Amino acid sequence: MLRFILMRILQAVPVLFVIASLTFFMVRLAPGGPFTEEKTIPKEIQERIEKHYGLDQPLWKQYLNYMGNLVRGDLGPSFKYPDFTVGELIRRSFPVSLQLGLAALVIALALGLPAGIIAALQKNTLLDYLPMSTAMMGICLPTFVMGPLLILIFSSALGWFSPLGWYTWSDMILPSLTLGLYYAAYIARLTRGGMLEVLNQDFIRTARAKGASESRVVLKHSLKGGLLPVVSFLGPAFAGLISGSFIIETIFFIPGLGRFFVTAAFNRDYTMVIGTVLFYATLIILLNLLVDIIQAWLNPRTRLE
Amino acid sequence: MTSIHPTEGASLWRDAWRRLARNRMAVFGFVVFTLITLACFGTYGYLWATGGMDATGGKLSQNFLPPSGSHFFGTDDHGRDVFVRVLVGGCISLAVGFLATAVSLVIGVTYGSIAGYLGGRADAFLMRIVDILYALPFVIFVILLMVLFGRNFILMFIAIGAVEWLTMARIVRAQVMALKNTEFVEAARALGYSDMRIIFVHLLPNMLGPIIVYASLTVPAVMMLEAVLSFLGLGVPPPMSSWGVLIKDGAEKIDVYPWLLIFPAIFFSLTLFSLNFIGDGLRDALDPKSSKD
Repeated sequence: MLRFILMRILQAVPVLFVIASLTFFMVRLAPGGPFTEEKTIPKEIQERIEKHYGLDQPLWKQYLNYMGNLVRGDLGPSFKYPDFTVGELIRRSFPVSLQLGLAALVIALALGLPAGIIAALQKNTLLDYLPMSTAMMGICLPTFVMGPLLILIFSSALGWFSPLGWYTWSDMILPSLTLGLYYAAYIARLTRGGMLEVLNQDFIRTARAKGASESRVVLKHSLKGGLLPVVSFLGPAFAGLISGSFIIETIFFIPGLGRFFVTAAFNRDYTMVIGTVLFYATLIILLNLLVDIIQAWLNPRTRLE
Repeated sequence: MTSIHPTEGASLWRDAWRRLARNRMAVFGFVVFTLITLACFGTYGYLWATGGMDATGGKLSQNFLPPSGSHFFGTDDHGRDVFVRVLVGGCISLAVGFLATAVSLVIGVTYGSIAGYLGGRADAFLMRIVDILYALPFVIFVILLMVLFGRNFILMFIAIGAVEWLTMARIVRAQVMALKNTEFVEAARALGYSDMRIIFVHLLPNMLGPIIVYASLTVPAVMMLEAVLSFLGLGVPPPMSSWGVLIKDGAEKIDVYPWLLIFPAIFFSLTLFSLNFIGDGLRDALDPKSSKD
């Protein structure tokens, strides 16, 4: 087990190296630069700025410099926020995105799991059709429609929440609901499918034949196996929550990392773009590892070798 | 099964077709999807043939009219008819959905069948790459590509297609692994056919079922990704528009002119809804074992 985890972490190093190089050359090959402005600035000033950030050196030398700093854990200064390093910007904005993502995940699990379990137990009744068609609608209703609709209802019409910003805890409700409902729909469908598969197995019939109570059959015997598809969905879901947060943060004007990333790419803030991509990649690799470990714990047949 | 005709042979495709036709939700999805597609491309073709593309230009004096008899869905900020805009924008959304799926299909099927057919170390290496790519924040790369190299229709579906092929590769590989040791492949090999011919002429037709099922579920996923890109301001450039672009524009004015958001959103969601039902129906029909009912 420990060996498996170590191997995966070691494998991640070359992957991250390739990502860093790929992103580096991708942003550099793109037209435009961080200091190309609408209004032209005097040539000497432009050259001074570029020299200050080492942009006057040949590309391969810049690449080696960047990689050298990266090995020491230095992501460099931001080109667009001159007083901050990329590391500082990530440290400031990521907690906001993390709060949003965790709240959304809690909502998704709290709504999706019970809905899926009930639908599976009451198969082909109203209690199955109703939550499942709602879930299907949830999947087809994108967050960027749901978000404005929720704002329209709960802040414009009812005035319960403020439509934008991230100041008090009540500001968290609409954004995390928008993001969470979408994943609740997915989780409900997967839970239903997984539970149905397990409930048809012989050992469930045996448990029932022994006279085990319904709650014991569900909680003790089927839940662990039935949740497997949900757990394997969590890997992609984390990645989805991250990209979903780009949209939510744009709709609700939340100062999270997602908005910083999109703005940085538009501004050609080279170091900020590479730093953010690396940060996200590391995060996703670690979360996938976590998902694999949980999966092995739930299902001993998937051995970690 | 209502009656049994002993003379009529049962084939996989005929059985599948029967199961699909009995699936009410799938038929409903198919009807809705066909109607929307015909309406979109019909309008586009009509405007193109009559040179009426500029007719969507509208009059500034007639901007932001609410829905009425002459403008079913109202008009937008330039006085353009929203009904026509939604139908024409649908063409782009649908085109991106299907073209990107086609790109992912070509890459995924080729990659997966080569890995599965070669087997052994080559397979282990190729699939390890897929595992690693799975763990990457690919959406971030699509966003990066679109930001850096500009909003461009062709780049868009190639970038999306290049992201969506991974699962297809895994499915095809598993199919090839299961089929490559069967007698008919052995027979083809004994006849001296090349590996490429065996893969594409002999194996491919035998795994069409799972491929069709997964491709049909990729289309709505791709359309959603297109809409996400549009929402971040990375959609097709104006004067083109897609449902994603229309939704983005509408979302900005929702408290004053709600029809600008509601109608494109209804068309978008309805299309995704019907595509998902078609995909689920195809899965139940072609691959009854994997359906979860």
